[in-house]
Amino acid sequence: MTAALDIIAPGPLTTAQDGGRTGWLRYGVPGSGALDRRALAVANVLVGNLPDAGALEMTLAGGTFAVRGSALRIALAGADMPLAIDGEAASRDRSYTLVPGAVIRVGAARNGARAYLAVAGTFAIAPVFGSVSTHRRAGIGGIDGGALKAGMVLPAAGPPPSGPELRFTGEMPPSARIRIVLGPQDDYFTAAALATLGEAAFTVTPQADRMGLRLAGPPLAHAKGFNIVSDAIAPGSIQVPGDGQPIVLLADRQTTGGYPKIATVISADLPALGQMRPGDSIRFEVVGIAAAVAARRALLAWIAALPQRAVPVTTALASERLLGANLISGVTDGSGA
Amino acid sequence: MTESYPRMLPAGDTALVVELGDTIDLAVNARVRALDRLMAATRMAGIVETLPTNRSLMVVYEPLVLSQDDLVRAIERLLVALPEQPAETGGRGWIVPAVYGGTYGIDLVAVAAALGLDEDAVIARHAASEYRVFMIGFQPGFAYLGVLDPALAVSRHAAPRAEIPAGTISIAGNQTVINSVAAPSGWNLIARTPARLFDRRRSDPFLLAPGDRVRFRPVPAAEWAALAARAEAGDRVAESTS
Repeated sequence: MTAALDIIAPGPLTTAQDGGRTGWLRYGVPGSGALDRRALAVANVLVGNLPDAGALEMTLAGGTFAVRGSALRIALAGADMPLAIDGEAASRDRSYTLVPGAVIRVGAARNGARAYLAVAGTFAIAPVFGSVSTHRRAGIGGIDGGALKAGMVLPAAGPPPSGPELRFTGEMPPSARIRIVLGPQDDYFTAAALATLGEAAFTVTPQADRMGLRLAGPPLAHAKGFNIVSDAIAPGSIQVPGDGQPIVLLADRQTTGGYPKIATVISADLPALGQMRPGDSIRFEVVGIAAAVAARRALLAWIAALPQRAVPVTTALASERLLGANLISGVTDGSGA
Repeated sequence: MTESYPRMLPAGDTALVVELGDTIDLAVNARVRALDRLMAATRMAGIVETLPTNRSLMVVYEPLVLSQDDLVRAIERLLVALPEQPAETGGRGWIVPAVYGGTYGIDLVAVAAALGLDEDAVIARHAASEYRVFMIGFQPGFAYLGVLDPALAVSRHAAPRAEIPAGTISIAGNQTVINSVAAPSGWNLIARTPARLFDRRRSDPFLLAPGDRVRFRPVPAAEWAALAARAEAGDRVAESTS
């Protein structure tokens, strides 16, 4: 019998996301995909999946899920959401193989915004335009194009791996500042605005979702109006409407828009944006293309090396969980989660 | 302000925007689409995808395969080969049914009043032109068409409406747009089509592509229900003319 995950309570916003879709921008379809590709990769690698495979992205708080059918291997990574299995505290950043009937509960994030729950073999979700990523406004991807709802059942696409449970021994790359490349329309702003962008602290407002983060800070003054002929919006584009308050556009953004874009967050720092929550402070650092490309190379190398950072959990701990025993209570597994 | 075009502008480390102008007109847009075709024909390694817009082409690339410098040089070569007035090749023709006015186009009365025309004259002028699809953007399948009859030029609303239905046909400046999904809009809503510009159940989920030609066919409100039922059943409803 195939293993599946029962959605008992989905949490505030839980969607299926993977590495995103490419090739559909010309039809108005943005890439979507996990906002924190690092955390998605960690969760996936721990259960033996490819780094960009589909998983559940939980926003600010997780939900309650039950295993049904047969044994299912899971892992949780990303924002600091407490994990409990059958009522016992468990660790993020490691895998667990759970017996049917086991209940997974993921709490509210103490830090960060998004955590990822991956299952071995990935979820059996039909891709739309090459991806299982959910884009809610278009109603595509995931389950019926929307967020998970209580009562849904998500089958796993394959059997759990037979190897040992794994835990992640690395650290997320640090991201104190969000690095940006100026443009494409930095010439629409005053020199003072460009200086402010690189020096001031901005606060993430409550208007923060998968489309973008609306920030509050010192206004960025336009030098020649705030309307441009609509053109393309890249992920990480920082557009500035008439009120001078920047909006950083993310994976589910509109593909074109008519406000000037003062700068663009570099691809390597997009995952850190995915962990920003209302009230968080952002400082930007202007860098050149060479530094941006070096950072991208480093991030992709970090993801590619994840299998070496996923090491076996001690046999005793792993078998306890498999048997459904409660011996793990009070024991830490040293994963640093 | 005098900018010189074309100009190439980085949009982060994985995209480059090639601006061919800063106006919405057929000449600039035709060059954008022609550059897009030239770009596709190169089959250059490292190009991920392209997004043609009203006046620019965004090239998404993998910088670990293709450096920005090499991409800029390649585009410079293409720009040398790009004609000032490229031949319009390709693009399909469509006739899109539209119910004008009333609850289907709640701004038609105000638009007519602002233009000093009667409603029938607005409808006749809007339906008389053959439009080009300048870009698909904003939302999946959302079509920007140009150029609108200058006699129909009106500004956008100062405050956008929170949500308007899919299929809404609206005007502002020298463009007319067709909403593909429900979304906020500051445009002037004059009509609605039962045709779905985006329906992922169809084998061709997007009705329109950049460069397609579109005419509107006014239909009475009495025909809405039947056409909408056909669209619901997966029919394109819009008629192909080529």
